[in-house]
Amino acid sequence: MLKIDCDKCIVCGICESTCPFDAIHVEEDCVVVNDNCTLCGACVDNCEVEALSIEVADKKVQDDFADWAGVMVFGECRHGAIAPVTYELLGVGRKLADTRGVALSVVLLGKNIAGYSDSLIAGGADYVYLAEHDGLEQFREDVYGHVLEGIIRGKKPEIVLAGATAIGRSVIPFVATLIDAGLTADCTRLEIRESDGMLLQTRPAFGGNIMATIVCPDTRPQMATVRPKVMAALEFDGSRVGSVESIDVQPNAVSSKIEILETVVSDQEQVNIQEVETLVAGGRGLDSAKGFELIRELADELGAAVAASRAAVDAGWIPYPHQVGQTGKTVNPKVYIACGISGAIQHAVGMQSADIVVAINRDPNAPIFDFATYGIVGDLYDVIPALIKRIQEVKSES
Amino acid sequence: MNIVVCIKQVPDAKDVRLDPETNTLAREGVESIMNPYDRHALEEAVTLKEQHGGTVTVISMGPPQAEDVLREAIACGADQALLVSDRAFAGADTWATSYTLAKAIETLGNVDLTLCGKQAIDGDTAQVGPGIACRLGLPFITCVQKTRQSSSESITVERMMDDGFDVIQVPFPALLTVVKDINEPRVASLKGKMKAKKVKIPTLSADDIKAEPQNLGLAGSPTQVVCVFSPEARGDRTLFSGTVEEQVDQLVQELKAHF
Ligand SMILES: Cc1cc2nc3c(=O)[nH]c(=O)nc-3n(C[C@H](O)[C@H](O)[C@H](O)COP(=O)(O)OP(=O)(O)OC[C@H]3O[C@@H](n4cnc5c(N)ncnc54)[C@H](O)[C@@H]3O)c2cc1C
Ligand SMILES: Nc1ncnc2c1ncn2[C@@H]1O[C@H](COP(=O)(O)O)[C@@H](O)[C@H]1O
Repeated sequence: MLKIDCDKCIVCGICESTCPFDAIHVEEDCVVVNDNCTLCGACVDNCEVEALSIEVADKKVQDDFADWAGVMVFGECRHGAIAPVTYELLGVGRKLADTRGVALSVVLLGKNIAGYSDSLIAGGADYVYLAEHDGLEQFREDVYGHVLEGIIRGKKPEIVLAGATAIGRSVIPFVATLIDAGLTADCTRLEIRESDGMLLQTRPAFGGNIMATIVCPDTRPQMATVRPKVMAALEFDGSRVGSVESIDVQPNAVSSKIEILETVVSDQEQVNIQEVETLVAGGRGLDSAKGFELIRELADELGAAVAASRAAVDAGWIPYPHQVGQTGKTVNPKVYIACGISGAIQHAVGMQSADIVVAINRDPNAPIFDFATYGIVGDLYDVIPALIKRIQEVKSES
Repeated sequence: MNIVVCIKQVPDAKDVRLDPETNTLAREGVESIMNPYDRHALEEAVTLKEQHGGTVTVISMGPPQAEDVLREAIACGADQALLVSDRAFAGADTWATSYTLAKAIETLGNVDLTLCGKQAIDGDTAQVGPGIACRLGLPFITCVQKTRQSSSESITVERMMDDGFDVIQVPFPALLTVVKDINEPRVASLKGKMKAKKVKIPTLSADDIKAEPQNLGLAGSPTQVVCVFSPEARGDRTLFSGTVEEQVDQLVQELKAHF
């Protein structure tokens, strides 16, 4: 509940003007709050006379809070390979574990997975937990969820990290609910707060317009998902040592009401825009599907793949797997060339960590230039052909 | 077939900004809308009802004005609506929200299918659907992009994966979350609009859903927001000048090292 101390209130109206929900109003000699209040705390932070405070009913405190230690990564494999995000999670997990002075473990569920242990250890893990069972070959939410729940309850890690992939985003919220843990989705930054060792989880909200930092002060484990390509994997180090433990999977743990009838791997363009070093991206500025022919020409010249803004995808010029941004993919190439893309924040959150961003746009005020390393103001239908020509010249010179 | 659709009222995310001076959300010009994914969940529910009979109940947890999206849902084909609203729910994160919605759904008794959107565009978390399924002990499938087949006993759907899709069958009762590809939502009919104007929408309080107070709102939320801030732009850009050829030449010069 929002508590209002009317003795302190000077009816200045700051709270009313800063409330995002129209929930607090100035009356004659105090303010009143209505049912719109979401306890977001904006008014409390802005009240200069400290007349406002948030009163929280007694929180349940987890009895065995202090027993939880270590960082655990939920590893993913599908179609016979470890998902790259697993190594990225081990990369950030290693830093968190070292800061906390604890061990880093990775859990892998599936069939015939023992062969992955070495590379998981080389990727940073101290412990590899393998849950092997025929019934874990296919991903089923309830089965994966219950097996993972068992492992987390048994090992008691203080932090659990998972990929914000189709699988992670589906099963992890289920697991968090099973074990009554706080969960933060799609984190872009994870660090340990020095004062109390708490995990600070930073993520975009409102389509990327706002960043929020979140903690889970009263429950363990602290759980977070991270999108692919947001964190950096470690260099593989074959000399790293670690131990492997197999986890007993009870037959009843793999029974499910869900039946997978078929698994279809998309035969759409196989190029994964998250795995290439250079991307040439097109947006609404291309004006038509034909514009992507020019984009592709430039991409071919650079050995790059083609990406797109949502506007181009929505227009039907290119399929969804090419979309970069908040509702598309996060990419982290060495070079990202944005052509005819305005640089809306929802697009930028998906590409801003590229080492080099080149923006080609005819509007000098387009926000994409704020994210650019190099910018060319001009019509892309002039610039790109000139660029292709110049690249060909340079290539033939060398 | 009794279907429940969870619908959230959200601020139109593209308009939400932080006021750079106060670092608080600027509310001017931000409209409240039905979460776009939930519109597709509703459409799927109405389509299934048309095929198999039954009722579609829409349910929302939120402040009193969330009633607006429930009326809109009635106009688009839902039969009845429930507003779950209480000051005690304020500040709920996804853990507390899924608890509250699950408690509210339990009051309805026989539910065959619960539908949610894939995610709400204010937080983009996609956690409430699986959370509700967990609390109600339901099998669930997230990111459903297509219904292939349905009967009064079960449903066969395509679940979007990162590299394609899985075809999955699940018996009722079950919970699904849907993505936008699943259907094209209809516009409200005139008859629906008339009904939406008149329909009575009951409000359920914390007591009505027999909720434990320590699981609600801010108190029941394991996650806490410590701060919000605006994303920062990078500060190292070079804008080239000159003719197109000159600019291109400079760019190629800079990029040469990387290829
Ligand atoms: C919740 C939410 C999620 C979203 N998620 C995403 C997402 O994942 N990815 C995404 O991309 N967007 C996303 N968006 C949409 C985003 O806000 C923008 O609308 C979108 O990115 C705009 O695409 P665009 O830059 O191609 O088009 P526009 O904004 O229309 O920009 C076109 C640009 O091209 C330039 N131009 C036009 N003609 C030429 C020419 N001949 N030569 C050079 N330049 C030219 C113009 O100056 C303009 O800057 C999301 C929005 C919301 C609300
Ligand atoms: N307050 C709420 N009231 C009703 N449904 C909700 C609410 N919050 C979330 N949902 C449902 O859960 C889905 C996922 O939301 P979220 O986990 O917040 O991204 C939404 O698409 C809705 O179907």
